[in-house]
Amino acid sequence: MLKIENLQAWYGPSHILQGIEMQVNKGEIVCLIGRNGAGKTTTLRTVMGLAGRASGRVLFEDNDLLPLPTHRRNGLGLGYVPEERRIVQGLTVRDNLRLGLLAATHKRRESDVISEIAEIFPRLAERLDQDAITMSGGEQQMLAIARAMVSQPKLIMLDEPSEGIMPVLVDEMFALFAKLRDQGTTILLVEQNVELALGIADRAYIMDQGLIVHSSSASALLADEEIKERYCSV
Amino acid sequence: MDGITPDLIILQLFTGLALGAIYVLLALGMSLLFGMLTVVNFAHGAFYMLGAYIGIVLLGIGLNFWMCLLFVPLVVGSLGLLAERFLIRPLYGRGIDYPLLLTFGLSYMMVECVRIVFGTQGLPFDTPELLQGASDIGIGYFPTYRLFVIGVAAMVLVLLWLFLERTPYGLIIRAGARDPQIVRILGIDVGRVWLVVFGIGTGLAALAGLLAAPLQGASPEMGNSILAEAFVVTVVGGMGSLVGAVIAGLLVGVVVSMTSLFQPEMAQVSIFALMAVVLLIRPQGFFGRAGLMS
Repeated sequence: MLKIENLQAWYGPSHILQGIEMQVNKGEIVCLIGRNGAGKTTTLRTVMGLAGRASGRVLFEDNDLLPLPTHRRNGLGLGYVPEERRIVQGLTVRDNLRLGLLAATHKRRESDVISEIAEIFPRLAERLDQDAITMSGGEQQMLAIARAMVSQPKLIMLDEPSEGIMPVLVDEMFALFAKLRDQGTTILLVEQNVELALGIADRAYIMDQGLIVHSSSASALLADEEIKERYCSV
Repeated sequence: MDGITPDLIILQLFTGLALGAIYVLLALGMSLLFGMLTVVNFAHGAFYMLGAYIGIVLLGIGLNFWMCLLFVPLVVGSLGLLAERFLIRPLYGRGIDYPLLLTFGLSYMMVECVRIVFGTQGLPFDTPELLQGASDIGIGYFPTYRLFVIGVAAMVLVLLWLFLERTPYGLIIRAGARDPQIVRILGIDVGRVWLVVFGIGTGLAALAGLLAAPLQGASPEMGNSILAEAFVVTVVGGMGSLVGAVIAGLLVGVVVSMTSLFQPEMAQVSIFALMAVVLLIRPQGFFGRAGLMS
């Protein structure tokens, strides 16, 4: 579904991604792990068209993404929840969700979407008319995910969804990711919480200094203490 | 202070509101452009001036004033669209001074073009017949046309508010003003929205110019002085804040008209004194967000 070939990216003069090769197949949860500064976030941002200069190829269902502007990439079915969540200040929970719905290719009734959200995220449904920025970090993360999901993306990229969130909510969230996969959404997950992420993932890539240095099934990596120690310990 | 009665003060208050209504229309456009596009539009006064002249042209070809109220903003707004698309768009992301310099130059060109076509002398602009004379507002007679200006500005405000708060387009504009990147991530072409915002902003300036023309006539330089005043309003209200533009616009209008009642020679100075005081107490203006320029 997503195929990345020799992807290089620069922020100004810094050569951040130095030839990434990876692939995400339909219906998988693929986990991208590595230390801080390894280039995980830059990889997601480059796939979404938000990084600086980039070269190589990013194929999404046979569409070459690199020449396309960000909004067109979303239109092809690519969802992205950035690390900072980017809940829009001054907008209510409902307006944030609406924003996600506006560009959806298959138009859906707002009331249908809201009732669907209410089922998955009851906490959000109770706070629809609240200024979204006043919610807790966990609730904001739920909203950011819900907002990206309302347009029913084929592939969703999540950057550090568990960061700064209560452990109870984190478990709930990861259970949700597994459920989304079972319902047909493909997920590319960047996560510091390695054990938890590998617990639901199908495959994993390890990044170090702008390169993919290891790839394997999630279960194999979960058992491989040496690799985990080398690339994932802080 | 002889002859200054409470009634006179209240009438002068209405004069201030009418003047303020013009400021509000101008400052709303400037604030929209700055808040969303971070464009400090130095051509805003020129678009205002163009509003008056396009009004003269349209009246000349047989349209009446009421049709002008609709068509002048449309014509000038379309010119604004062209300016955004072909002149300003290439400058996004290059820092705030690029569009500032461009619009500064553009305003000179627009003023010069109007001088070439219509002459350097100002032109008279008749108050529409229906709005001539004065109306009794309970405490005395007040020029009907000024009441009309207040009414039009109020109507525009309501329409703009409904547009921003109740339509999908308005939602995109509000979100885009805060965080254009997430709007793109969610699949929306922000560039197209900016184009529309520029059209709305310049259209509002043109409407202000048309409304001001019967009060002071049309002249190529009419935009220059009011541009400085509109900047004061935008800064006092808080750059990027629409509520701020409305409140500061009315406030500045009232301050100017009250000063001209008591100390006419201080009227111009009072605007800048007000700005200095506000900036000392609240550097970001009434409703501005701190650090917007950083």
